[in-house]
Amino acid sequence: MSEPEIFKSIRNEIETNDVVLFMKGSAKFPQCGFSAAVTHILNTLGVEFKGINVLEDPALREGIKQFSDWPTIPQLYIKGEFIGGCDITKEMAQTGELQGLLKEKGVKVA
Amino acid sequence: MPLAASTIESLILEAFPDAKIKITDLAGDNDHWAVEIISEAFKGQNRISQHKMVYSALKGKMGGELHAMQLKTSY
Repeated sequence: MSEPEIFKSIRNEIETNDVVLFMKGSAKFPQCGFSAAVTHILNTLGVEFKGINVLEDPALREGIKQFSDWPTIPQLYIKGEFIGGCDITKEMAQTGELQGLLKEKGVKVA
Repeated sequence: MPLAASTIESLILEAFPDAKIKITDLAGDNDHWAVEIISEAFKGQNRISQHKMVYSALKGKMGGELHAMQLKTSY
């Protein structure tokens, strides 16, 4: 069984952008509390990221869950690696792990 | 359809018999839970794996019947 078409575009996004957040709403106007929380964390750390609104594309909304094997949105990718959703991102930001990871992967922070 | 705390608890205990579980109702609607789980089963796993183990225990309900669940896992 070949992989869904949407996987190709997901792969393209996470490979061509350092930090990608699959979210509900846009980076400027999040439409869900959890997506807003991750956006806020990234903004506070001064991380440039691409917010992709899954609400605009039902195929993407379903596809990203299959791709990541993760049942919910938001989903944060850093340098092509799935980091987690809101809970994990928050925890890692609190412990400083997120900052460390960004540095380790060579992602620019403000 | 939202999921009751007792259902969440029994599903988790089924998968993690040694688990210490704390469930908090965030919104009073049976649909926004905060769940803390302490279990030896999480030892040696990174956070994503730990959370995926919990999602498996919930047998596909996460993201469907269960809309939002704040999850904290530790051992």
